[in-house]
Amino acid sequence: MLWDALFLQMGYNATLVAIGACFLGVAAGVTGTFLFLRKRALVSDAISHATLPGVGLAFIVMVLLGGDGRSLPGLLFGSAVSAWIGLLGVSWLTRRTRLAEDAAIGAVLSVFFGFGIVILTVIQTMSVGRQAGLEGFLLGSTAGMLWNDAVVIAAGGALTLAVVLLLRRSMALVAFDPEFAAASGINVPRIDLAIMALAMAVTVVGLKIVGLILIVAMLIIPPVTARFWTDRTDRVTLISGIVGGVSGYVGAALSAAIPHLPTGPIIVLTSFGMFILSLLLAPNRGVLAALLRHLSFQRRVHMRQGLLALAQGQPIYEKLTLRLLERAGLARADGVATEEGRARAAKALRDEKRWELVRADQAFESAAALYDGLREIETVLTTDQIEEIDRRIGGPMGVPA
Amino acid sequence: MTLELAANQGVAPNLDQVEASPFAVRGMTVSYGQKPVVFSVDMTVSEGSMTAIIGPNGAGKSTLLKAALGIVKPLSGRVMIFGKPLKGQRNRIAYVPQRASVDWDFPTRVIDVVLMGLHRELGLLRRVRQHHVDKARDCLDRVGMADFANRQIGQLSGGQQQRVFLARALAQGADLYLLDEPFAGVDAATEKAIIDVLKGLKAEGKTVVAVHHDLSTVSEYFDRVFMINTRRIAEGSVAEAFTAENLDKTYGGRLATAHVDQLDLAAG
Repeated sequence: MLWDALFLQMGYNATLVAIGACFLGVAAGVTGTFLFLRKRALVSDAISHATLPGVGLAFIVMVLLGGDGRSLPGLLFGSAVSAWIGLLGVSWLTRRTRLAEDAAIGAVLSVFFGFGIVILTVIQTMSVGRQAGLEGFLLGSTAGMLWNDAVVIAAGGALTLAVVLLLRRSMALVAFDPEFAAASGINVPRIDLAIMALAMAVTVVGLKIVGLILIVAMLIIPPVTARFWTDRTDRVTLISGIVGGVSGYVGAALSAAIPHLPTGPIIVLTSFGMFILSLLLAPNRGVLAALLRHLSFQRRVHMRQGLLALAQGQPIYEKLTLRLLERAGLARADGVATEEGRARAAKALRDEKRWELVRADQAFESAAALYDGLREIETVLTTDQIEEIDRRIGGPMGVPA
Repeated sequence: MTLELAANQGVAPNLDQVEASPFAVRGMTVSYGQKPVVFSVDMTVSEGSMTAIIGPNGAGKSTLLKAALGIVKPLSGRVMIFGKPLKGQRNRIAYVPQRASVDWDFPTRVIDVVLMGLHRELGLLRRVRQHHVDKARDCLDRVGMADFANRQIGQLSGGQQQRVFLARALAQGADLYLLDEPFAGVDAATEKAIIDVLKGLKAEGKTVVAVHHDLSTVSEYFDRVFMINTRRIAEGSVAEAFTAENLDKTYGGRLATAHVDQLDLAAG
C-alpha cells in the first residue's frame, strides 16, 4: 500500500496531493529558513491564524456576488488580505507601542482567530453555507482536491522560491547583522517585510493541504532540522527545502496509504520524525555526538592529568584516572608508572612546556587557538616549528621528544 | 544651557568645512523615547585623520554614528559624506558595528562574513566568483586571520571576531571607516593588529573614525578627538582638545584624578 503511494500508484487524488505537498514543503522549508535565522519564527503563527477571517469573508463576498463561494483562488486571496492586515498589526504594535513582539503576536493571533471562528459560524447558518466545508482550512482537507487547486499550490510555491532566490543574500545579511545591512544601504524594514510576506504566501498556499494551525510547523521544523547538519547559511536553506519536500511527499503518501489518516498532521509528524533523527544523530550538533564528545574529552583530560602527575611524581587520587592509566598499560594498580608510562609522562610534560611557548607567541596564533590542554602538539605544528620551540625552551635534551 | 548653545554656534564651521569633510554632521538630535541621547551635535571630521569619539557610557557615542548612517532614525540633523548627502555615498563608507550586536552562533563561516562586505558588488543575482573569494581572503590576511577562513564564526575568540568584522569593512573598499568600539574586550594581540590596519588605512589617505573607550591609548592611536556627552564638548586635534579640562567637562568628574594624571594629555 505504502509502496504504491510512494510511487504515485494510489490514484488521481492521492497523486495530486503528494505532488502539491512536496512543492509546498520545499517552499515552506526554504522560506522558513529566513524566518528562523531572523529569529522571527513565531510571527508565522500570527500570520497563519490571521488568515481565517479572510477565508470566511471571501466566501461571503463571493456568494453575495452570485459566484461559487468555494473557489480556491478567491478564498486564498481573502486569506492573504487578512493575513497581511494581521502582519501589519503585529509590526505596528511592536514598533509603536511598548508591547514586546511575543505579546503582539499573542494578541493578533487570538483576536483574528476568534473573529474568524465567528464568521465561520455565521456562514453555517447561511442557506448556501452548509456545504462550504470551510472548517477544512483549519487542519487542511485534501479529500476533494482538484487539478486546479494543485496548480495554484505549485505555482504559488514556485513563485515564492523565485523571490527567495532573488533576495537570499539580502535576507541572510539582514538576519545576521541588521546594523551592517542598514549601514550598507539595505532597507532593513523592507527586507523584513519581504521575509514575512514570503511566509504569508507559503501559509496561504498551504491552507488547503495542512491547514492554518499546522502550517507553522512546516515553516519552522525543516530549518531547525537542517541547522543540525551544517554551519552554512546556503546549506541550511538547501537542506531545509529538502526536509520540507520529503516530509510533504512522504506524509501525503502515508496518509493516502492508510485509511482515515489526516494529511496535514501526518506531514507535520513526518518532518518531526526527521527532526528527532537529526537531533539525536547529527555529527556535530547532535545530542549523541555531544555526549560521546564529552565522555571522550573527560577521559582524555583524566589521562593527561594522570600522565602529568606521574611525570611530577605526584600521587593520583582519582579512581577513573588510575583505571585509565592501568588499562593503557601506563601505570600499575598502585599508581606506579610502567616503563612506557614514564616515557609518555615525560613527553606530556615536555608538550605542556611547548604549548606554553606557543600560546605566548603571537606568531603561532592560529595554532594556539586550537589549544585545549589535550591536543598533541604534533597535530598543529610542523617538526621544524617544534624543533624551533625546543631550541627556545633549551633544558635537558635527555627528555625524549 | 544658553551659554553652551552660544558656544556651539560660535565654533560652527562654515560651509567650506562641510564641503571638504568626509564626514560632517550638523544639528544631530537622537532620542530614545522622550530622552535625547544626542542633542544638536555638530561634528566635522577632517580628511585623512584618525578621530576618536570619546565620552562616558550612555553619552551617545555609538548612537551618533548609527544615526549618521541611518541605522537609527534621528529627530533632526543632516549628514554630509564628502560634501554630498549620504544617499549615493554609501559605497564610500565602511562600517564596523559592535561585536556584541550579532549572534555568533549564526550558521556562517568566516569567509562568508567577509564576503558580505562585497554585497554591493555582488548585487542580487551575481554568483560569488573566485576573484571575490580571493579578495575576501586578502582582507582576512590583512587582519592576520587568513588561517581561519573556513571556520564557523562561533569558534572564534572575541578578538578574532572583531578582526573578522574589520576584514569585512576592508572588503568594502571604502574611503571612510566608521568603527563602533573596535577595541572593546579584545586581547592585546588583536588590539595591535587592528591599530596596525587602521594606521595603514590612514597612510593610504583614508579617514578613520572610531568610538573609543580607553583614554590611555587616545594619544597613541589617534590624531584627533571628538568628545561627547549628549552634547558636543570638544573637537579638535589631540594636542589641542584632549585636555584635563575637557575631560572633566565630558566625564563630569567621574574620572578619578589619579587616572587623569596618568594620561598623556595636552597642556590645557
